[in-house]
Amino acid sequence: MAINFRKNAAKALKQDDIQINLKNVVSRLRDHRSAAFTDAALFEQLRLECKSIRERAVFRLPRLLEQLEGNLLRNGIQVHWAETTLQANQIVLDIMQRHQATFLVKGKSMVSEEMGINAFLASHGIECLESDLGEFIIQLANEKPAHIIVPAIHKNRKQIASLMHKYFPEMPYSEDIDILAAKARYFLRDKFCNAPVGMTGVNFMVAETGTLCLVENEGNGRMCTTVPPVHIAVTGIEKVIERLDDLPPLLSMLVRSATGQPITTYVNMISSPRREGEQDGPEEVHLVLLDNGRSNICGDMELQETLHCIRCGACINHCPVYRQIGGHAYDTVIPGPIGAILEPQKAGMDRYGELTQASTLCGACSEVCPVKIPIPKIINRLRWEAVRQDTCNVSGSCPARKPLEAVIWKIWSQVCSNPGLYRLLAQLVTRLRNCIPAAIWQGWTIARTPPKPARTTLHERLKAKGIDYE
Amino acid sequence: MNDTRKAILNRLNHYQLKYSGIESDAKAKQTDWGLEEKVKRFTARMQAVQAEVHEASLETWPEVLQEICHAKAINNLLASPSTRWGKEIYADAKRFPSLKRFQQPVEAWKTDFFNTIEAAVTGSAGGIAETGSLILCPDMQEPRTLSLVPPIHIALLEKKRIYNTLSEAIHQQNWVQTGMPTNVILISGPSKSADIEQTMTYGVHGPKELIILLV
Amino acid sequence: MKNVLSEKITTVYFYGTCLVDVFYPQAGVCAVELLQREGINVIYPQDQTCCGQPAWNSGYRNEALTVARTQLALFPKPIPIIVPSASCAGMMRVHYTEMFRDEPDASGAHDVAGRIFELTEFLVDVLGITLTDLGDPIKVAVHASCSAQREMGCATKMTKLLQQLCHVEVIEPENNAECCGFGGTFAVRQPEISSAMALEKVQTVLATGAHCVVSQDCGCLMNIGGAMEKQKQVMPHQHIAAFLWERTKG
Ligand code: SF4
Repeated sequence: MAINFRKNAAKALKQDDIQINLKNVVSRLRDHRSAAFTDAALFEQLRLECKSIRERAVFRLPRLLEQLEGNLLRNGIQVHWAETTLQANQIVLDIMQRHQATFLVKGKSMVSEEMGINAFLASHGIECLESDLGEFIIQLANEKPAHIIVPAIHKNRKQIASLMHKYFPEMPYSEDIDILAAKARYFLRDKFCNAPVGMTGVNFMVAETGTLCLVENEGNGRMCTTVPPVHIAVTGIEKVIERLDDLPPLLSMLVRSATGQPITTYVNMISSPRREGEQDGPEEVHLVLLDNGRSNICGDMELQETLHCIRCGACINHCPVYRQIGGHAYDTVIPGPIGAILEPQKAGMDRYGELTQASTLCGACSEVCPVKIPIPKIINRLRWEAVRQDTCNVSGSCPARKPLEAVIWKIWSQVCSNPGLYRLLAQLVTRLRNCIPAAIWQGWTIARTPPKPARTTLHERLKAKGIDYE
Repeated sequence: MNDTRKAILNRLNHYQLKYSGIESDAKAKQTDWGLEEKVKRFTARMQAVQAEVHEASLETWPEVLQEICHAKAINNLLASPSTRWGKEIYADAKRFPSLKRFQQPVEAWKTDFFNTIEAAVTGSAGGIAETGSLILCPDMQEPRTLSLVPPIHIALLEKKRIYNTLSEAIHQQNWVQTGMPTNVILISGPSKSADIEQTMTYGVHGPKELIILLV
Repeated sequence: MKNVLSEKITTVYFYGTCLVDVFYPQAGVCAVELLQREGINVIYPQDQTCCGQPAWNSGYRNEALTVARTQLALFPKPIPIIVPSASCAGMMRVHYTEMFRDEPDASGAHDVAGRIFELTEFLVDVLGITLTDLGDPIKVAVHASCSAQREMGCATKMTKLLQQLCHVEVIEPENNAECCGFGGTFAVRQPEISSAMALEKVQTVLATGAHCVVSQDCGCLMNIGGAMEKQKQVMPHQHIAAFLWERTKG
């Protein structure tokens, strides 16, 4: 079923509190980021380097995945492949059942959101407990994350305070952020200690060494990867990079673009489960590699740049459309500009094609993207794929070609490639300036007066002035 | 399972385009700040994220450690008896709070560990000046949770092992050639979160305090 | 290709754009006046229509190509083409090359693209124009369009020109880099979001307390101006060319 982005957006625009919270946080994220990149030339150089690293990785994807798998297996990490989210969920369920585990603690992972693992495991009587503070809040509220880095971006401290108070009535109500965080710590500590399984995402996988790299600030990710006897990492196949040397520049750009920090509190590089003689660390580490439409994005120079994304969220923070409506209106796992190009390609244009209209093509996204993904260009391309009649390169394509619209563009093109006709009509429009029916302006007039043509055209005026013409 | 793997790889191979990109050698120039500057940067970065940095010497560090334990009213201290630093600590055990050690796998005393240990002291495999990070490579002597579970983490770092950048550390420590340690952790400050209103709060799930002894 | 700037420039083409043609012709006339005052001979090909951007951005590439192709034929002489809109200039400079890449007229498109100048960019960088302010003291809010800021990188040229006018105080609205919500067909396809963006832009522009708002793009002006008018706010809006000409014509 196709989403109704326009309706969702209109609804979001009416929620004043969300609007205020969102705009506050977005502007902070923007400020933090720009403070982290004061040298424009250096930024440009670094992002060229990062772009070429990601490009090389995506071009060599099948080879790198095999190399990664070989090294992981050698290091003792078990590798599972999944075509679909259902398969990925099933793999996790099997591991859980094999260990007779009734719950797991989870670090922040967008791929696990994509899988809908919480609901899936719940239907098998297994509980997933979000441990990232933002995700924890979202889980209490029974919502979906509204941002890939700051899941609870749309909530202010008051809302979070009452939410926490509702679930932990034994703890006194407080709007102090330190106390709110302490409540989560207190509640989750026990869970980390007793959890049979921890689940996380992965930020980068290094093929050359067979290493899973995770970044985070809170320590919950490390808890999930270190304390329970079993660690399951889930991620998309595109997260692989070729060499360990590729890691430092990407890491630096990821973190600075996301939050403006020089580095996260923790960078966790896992190359093996607990080894003989070690006193802690998981006995088993599993990696689930999810495709779910990603491999279909390969094979087209322009479109496959979508897979270069390192999920920093900068394009989201800088998107003027996201800033107005927040994440939920997109009705996707990944919102914002990257979501608008990724989700339609993964799940089909027929479902998410409308998201390609969620952009003014202002270019703020590609200006900040640390791997230089030309998002507006890809949006433009997808808009074409949505209406073109010949072949089509994206799944579920051609859904947006409406006969009336197609006819209008045909006529427009006839007029504009026929100068005499164009001049005549342009003149006609100026002469009829007072009798243009307001209805043709459609939604334009919600907030604006209808545009009014001038009395005469520029063509006429310059001709009258005797300007040279040919 | 194997079919899935094959299907994904086949599809990728089928779609694969010829790579014509240029290998960028235009890596950001490696800076070398010199020892003093490295220490300065490391310290400034760490302090900016609420970590404590204390300077000491090879002779004076036990004394500084003792003072810290005293100032923080630490009742027990988790430390390995077999590391270079640990040996010295155990040799002079009476100046420190009650010393605890990892005698058995974490499973055997998890609840105790989570609920009673107040502080842990570890060594480190190096530091990074550019970002203000500690490099830890936990092993048999110093398990992974040492720097994670106790509310206070005290780490000893030799100044001469502060690298300019992460890239430099990767090369100097030969991780690619000799194989990655089971777990490498970069730590830059105490645990923190800005998930609520992008306002920073410290001590979320990991240690609430990070204290570094530079020797 | 010979650099279009390698010889002294005496003549240029003027590409008015369809929006200026029908809605803001005065801006086009003023732009021509400014150029002529600098001793430049201006050619205005009467057969010009639209650069093709609306269809291109809507995914109707064939239709866009048909229209763009007729524009390519308008500029046979190897002289600069001046466009009083960063958005259309961006279309012709950046996107023509891309859209004609696999077409037989690729080289023609490339040639035209290389000769495109946004008006203020041309006045500042090529002509090195000097302006004398003849108007009364006034506060002016500048709205930098997205194309001017990013695609064309010419937003600063507008400010540079205004700063030459000694009685003009230039004010940048808060959050100036944010899109005003016009986005071509976006305003009609997603009118709710577009309206919210426009209203916010209006607020920040009004908050400057300026007497008027100027921009390099008439699309933004139509959006911001229309939103102000709907709210019965009376801050005039003007294309930069019209503003400059009126302040300096004497
Ligand atoms: S598209 Fe670029 S800016 Fe957006 S999340 Fe991905 S890497 Fe970050």
